[in-house]
Amino acid sequence: MAEKSTLGDSLRRHGVSRRGFLKFCTATASLMALPPTMVPAIAAALEKAKRPSVIWLSFQECTGCTESLTRSHSPSVESLIFDHISLDYHHTLQAAAGEAAEAAREAAMHENKGKYILVVDGSIPLGDPGYSTIAGISNLQMLEETAKDAAAIVAVGTCAAFGGLPQANPNPTGAVSVSDIITDKPIINVSGCPPIPTVITGVLAHFLTFGSIPELDQYNRPKVFYGQSIHDRCYRRPFYDKGLFAETFDDEGAKAGWCLYKLGCKGPMTYNACATTKWNQGTSWPVESGHGCLGCSEPRFWDAGGFYNALSVPISDNSQTVAFAAAAGLALGAAAAGLNYKKKDEARKAHGTVTIDDLEKSS
Amino acid sequence: MSVFDQTDSESIPSPEMPYMTHMTHNTLPLLNEVRHALKRLVRTGESTIIDLRAIPFGPGDEEHLLDLLGQGEVMATLDALGKTTVKESRFSGVWIVDHYNSEAERIAFQIEVIEIPELLRAQADDMYESLEKLDTVLDVEMHRPE
Repeated sequence: MAEKSTLGDSLRRHGVSRRGFLKFCTATASLMALPPTMVPAIAAALEKAKRPSVIWLSFQECTGCTESLTRSHSPSVESLIFDHISLDYHHTLQAAAGEAAEAAREAAMHENKGKYILVVDGSIPLGDPGYSTIAGISNLQMLEETAKDAAAIVAVGTCAAFGGLPQANPNPTGAVSVSDIITDKPIINVSGCPPIPTVITGVLAHFLTFGSIPELDQYNRPKVFYGQSIHDRCYRRPFYDKGLFAETFDDEGAKAGWCLYKLGCKGPMTYNACATTKWNQGTSWPVESGHGCLGCSEPRFWDAGGFYNALSVPISDNSQTVAFAAAAGLALGAAAAGLNYKKKDEARKAHGTVTIDDLEKSS
Repeated sequence: MSVFDQTDSESIPSPEMPYMTHMTHNTLPLLNEVRHALKRLVRTGESTIIDLRAIPFGPGDEEHLLDLLGQGEVMATLDALGKTTVKESRFSGVWIVDHYNSEAERIAFQIEVIEIPELLRAQADDMYESLEKLDTVLDVEMHRPE
């Protein structure tokens, strides 16, 4: 359960020196994608930070988001943050089940009324609630009653943030996002399929540190992580600007690390921190591994056209727009990105659903 | 012409690099940022910290950058919540600070352009505590029976 002691007290109990605390704050600033100049402010805030209660609800999901977080090798900084967060309910992780687990949730809600953080992963089926229930309680009912007294809600993963895969055409369960249901609470969307683990902990660290939600973009995602497109932060961007594109996954261009735009990379329309934060302890990320970005942190990414079709271009117009982007260089490349945004909706309609044929044709 | 008017490009050697230099697009812009930061430090005393984990490094970028920065006269290791190495580069005032946790996983990686990194300084609260500890030690020693 949440307690009155501060994080400063907790760290001192762990025998952490002032230098250690300074290092902890430096790593926390880096984790939150805040500039190093914020370290003194973070130190002052963390010294006084209280232990918050967290209730984690899992609805129509694949557990990938929880896996992303718990398989992230638990580096010490994140461990210390999680040691300091009172995770009072997470039915995938906790030993209790059924009525005993629900009693723990209700107790945490009652004792921390108005102060707890509600984390949700998975979408909510409205078409037929029977697709997903917990202890006989529908996802809708559980979300509404748990959100009622939450201080803030963190929608983890594209399913909770935007509906995700369960909402993909033809959406058999009538899946919706958290923000389709809850409209009177601050909601932070941490999208991605799954989200980068350090982004999840970074958002929780921000709330723990400052007691407030970070600045959000138009989709309620934290700007520090989702403020720039994959394309703008991509180390392959200079090749795009020079018009150097891989044509297939094994041609000379691909081997030389050229831009994957023509192979369907969704980097220009995708906002996420993969290009800098990377995955697996900063080892690599999809584009560095030679595959285009799928755009998994964007709404309706599953229905936004074939993963291997060039972005935002109806199939019939593909060569023309790619040629335009290839010839244009930086300035016109930016213009092409604008064109992409403008045409996004109509392009989506023109795209076919991805099929095995699409995959074989493109690879 | 003063040192501030010169560009560093001529003074940087071009060593044989084993990695793919055609992929290391972010190294030289970052080195330029370091140069601007060092100029600011020399002129105004204002320090700069660059979080390298926020830089979109491609394959070979980090190695290329560290190769160009080289090794200076000072190297220190801090053991607090895991190991931290603080190395002065061959450019005085430019430090490479690499933080690891107790599982030897990197948790932060920075270039500090500063006279001395803050982490190396003795912390005020720790010094107060040390004063009390020294008093205790002296008290015990002075009252120890012969």
